[in-house]
Amino acid sequence: MPILTNQMMREIIMDHYTYPRNKRDPQTDKYRKIHMHSDNCIDDLDIHILEENGIVIDACFNGVGCAISTASTDILCELVKEKNIAQVTEILSNYEAMIREKPYDQDILEEANAFMNTSKQAARIRCALIGCTGIEELIKDEKEEK
Amino acid sequence: MYDVYEIRKKFPMLDGTKKMHGKPLVFLDNASTTFKPQSVIDEVVKYYSLATANSHRGDYDLCYQMDCEVEKARKTVAEFLNGEFKEVIFTSGTSMSINLIAYGYGLKFLTKDDEILITEAEHASNVLPWFRVSELTGCKISYIPLDEEGKLTPENLRKVISKKTKMVCVAHVGNVLGFISPVKELAKIAHEYGALIAVDGAQSVPHIETDVKDWNIDFLSFSAHKMCGPTGVGILWGKYELLDKMDPFLSGGGMNAKFDMCGNIEYLTPPSKFEAGTMNLAGILGLRAAIEFINSIGIKNIHEHETKLRQYFLEQAKDIEDLIIYNEHGATGIITFNVKGIFAQDEATLLNSKGIAVRSGEHCAKILTDFLKTSATCRMSTYLYTTKEDIDTFISALRDGGDILDAYFD
Repeated sequence: MPILTNQMMREIIMDHYTYPRNKRDPQTDKYRKIHMHSDNCIDDLDIHILEENGIVIDACFNGVGCAISTASTDILCELVKEKNIAQVTEILSNYEAMIREKPYDQDILEEANAFMNTSKQAARIRCALIGCTGIEELIKDEKEEK
Repeated sequence: MYDVYEIRKKFPMLDGTKKMHGKPLVFLDNASTTFKPQSVIDEVVKYYSLATANSHRGDYDLCYQMDCEVEKARKTVAEFLNGEFKEVIFTSGTSMSINLIAYGYGLKFLTKDDEILITEAEHASNVLPWFRVSELTGCKISYIPLDEEGKLTPENLRKVISKKTKMVCVAHVGNVLGFISPVKELAKIAHEYGALIAVDGAQSVPHIETDVKDWNIDFLSFSAHKMCGPTGVGILWGKYELLDKMDPFLSGGGMNAKFDMCGNIEYLTPPSKFEAGTMNLAGILGLRAAIEFINSIGIKNIHEHETKLRQYFLEQAKDIEDLIIYNEHGATGIITFNVKGIFAQDEATLLNSKGIAVRSGEHCAKILTDFLKTSATCRMSTYLYTTKEDIDTFISALRDGGDILDAYFD
């Protein structure tokens, strides 16, 4: 992964906030769903995962959120698609480590690296983790079975 | 002469050293909580360092002195509200006060044929306790319609009140739009129909004069921490005859005169009946100091100061094109706004990066969001120590605008 400049990170976040690719309701009822809202009470998202045979086929979300929660959830939905549960877990745990300013592997986070500065605004850490936590919850059962 | 700079010197949080994001702190979230003057802090510390004792529970001097201090605080509160000493109950805050009315009065006296009237502008603390009463008694919750600006008017109360209405539960000043409700007229209408009126004073008691006798209301709830006092302490004021027939909310020590193992209990009379367990004694003493502090400035002067700040803000903000103000005709220090095209939470984050504290959100008044037709708003709110310079900093931050992501990358 090439080093992201601040300008690139800004563009990635604004792009996914303004034009989220995965902000939609699922077309079938085969998706697992979780409702997520933040304690500071605005972010309010439903996250949906379609998983078959241990592979995430699709991920999407819908609802109301700030720039950070919307863009981060959108990017994570993109990242987890077509990955198996172990890979998804790996991505999410590295992402969470980055948000919490712990060591992490930049290479697997791709565009999600754009959120490396979130901790500058401590009150928004929860926004950056809302999608991550939601997807983690949705694949939890699957992980336990393995 | 209102000398805001002299007043500020009394607040350690305003000593000029507190920063957010390296910028001098501009605190405009006073509807959420307020800073404490040194006199309040000293009073709380004095309890722990010089005067620790329980109240109502000892035969020695320290305890007796503590009892005297608590009763002195009760007297200070009563005078501040123009109520009676024995009508003042110490609680943990507005939420507990309203729950006490709901559980102590609502559950005991309301039935499935009765109705409670509230408005869409109420804070969750003045909605959910009544939902609970409705769930447990089967009584109905109905809404007094707000006018087109979001105000509660006597005419609109008349439109919906009926003989079925047993309680009217409304905020004196709404926490989102900050309009002052005409509680005296509302009380008169409620009483014509035989209903009681319970007023949520959380956003009014700290800012405008309170006179429970003149208004002839039945209950008033508020919190100390929104009026320069400590957290974890608040007041329920109620007419004595109502308190007398209500059930206690919490049972335990300090509220019973005697009991036996056969279940015969004789409760103390109000206010002790409602003050089970050890109270927040340091908080109660701090509340007294807070009221004395407010009295030393004068509540009318505080209101005048905040009114001037509000007018100053509106004047300065007039030509900020992208600013939407939802309560231009409000009369308190609460201004609710959005910047066009920016989600409220992102705007609040951007302001945070400039050292300015405002609240974004649905402000717990979730129902009102449907009325305002926006999913979230920002709220700035002043208090007795807010300066024109605070407003100037806020205005120039709004004027500069800036990219919401500046908060993360600059």
